[in-house]
Amino acid sequence: MNLADFFAMGGYGFYVWGAYVVTAALIAIETVAVRWRLRAAREAARTGEK
Amino acid sequence: MRWFAVPAALLAIAGLWLGLVVAPTDAQQGDAYRIIFIHVPAAWMSMFIYLVMAGWCAVSLTFNVRLSSMMAQALAPTGAMFTVVTLWTGALWGRPAWGTYWVWDARMTSELILLFLYLGYMALRHAIDEPRRADRASAILALVGAVNVPIIYFSVRWWNTLHQGATVTLTGPPKMAAVMLAAMLLMTFAGWFYAIAVTLIRVRAIILERERRAAWTTELAGAAR
Repeated sequence: MNLADFFAMGGYGFYVWGAYVVTAALIAIETVAVRWRLRAAREAARTGEK
Repeated sequence: MRWFAVPAALLAIAGLWLGLVVAPTDAQQGDAYRIIFIHVPAAWMSMFIYLVMAGWCAVSLTFNVRLSSMMAQALAPTGAMFTVVTLWTGALWGRPAWGTYWVWDARMTSELILLFLYLGYMALRHAIDEPRRADRASAILALVGAVNVPIIYFSVRWWNTLHQGATVTLTGPPKMAAVMLAAMLLMTFAGWFYAIAVTLIRVRAIILERERRAAWTTELAGAAR
C-alpha cells in the first residue's frame, strides 16, 4: 500500500480524515486550554490578584 | 498527570496504527468504516463520563463534599468534547453509510440531548455566583439528566432506529474481526487515560480558583467590618 492510497481511503478520504482531523484538533484545543487555565489559576494564586 | 497522559498517547498511537494501517478494508463499507475507531470509543466515553459526573454529583448532594462537586465540574467539558466528537464522526460516517449526515432517530437525538445536558450543566454552574448553590443546582440537573444515558444505550433496542445495533456487548462475543476490536479497545483505553489526565489538570485549576475566591470573599467581609 502506498501513501496516496492511504490518504485516499478507498475514496472515503473526506469522511475518514474529516473525522480524525477534527477529533485531533478538539483534543489539541482542550489540552492547551486546560493547561492555560491551570497556569492562570496558579499565577493568580501566587500574585494574590483578585 | 504524566502517568495518564503518556499511556494515553501510546495507546492512541497503537490504536491508530492497528485501525488505520493493519485492519483490512471492510467488505461492505470500504474504508469508511474506519471512523468506528473514534466514533465508538468517543460514544462510550461520552456516556461513561456523564455517569461518573452524575456519581460525583450524587456524592456532593448526599455528603456535601466540596471536592466531589469540583470533580464533576472538571469532567463536564471533557464529556462535552467527547459528545461533540461522537456526533461529528457519526455524521461523517452516516453520509457514506446511509446517505445522510443526520436523521432524528432515537440514538442520535438522545446523544444530542446528552450534549445539551453537558452544556446546560456548565451554563447553570456559570450562571450562579455562589459556589455552594451552583454545586447543588447543577448536581440536581446532572442527576435528573442521567436518565438519558440508558436511553442512549438501549435506544437501538427499544426503537427501530436507522443507527445499527450494538456490535460489542458485555454479554456475548463481539460481531467483528479481532484486529478491529483490538484497535477499538486500544482507542477506548486511550480515551480513558486522556480523560483522567485532562480532568486532573482541570480540577487543580478549579481548586485554586475556588480557594482564591473564598479568600477574597473573607477579605471583603473583613474589610466591610
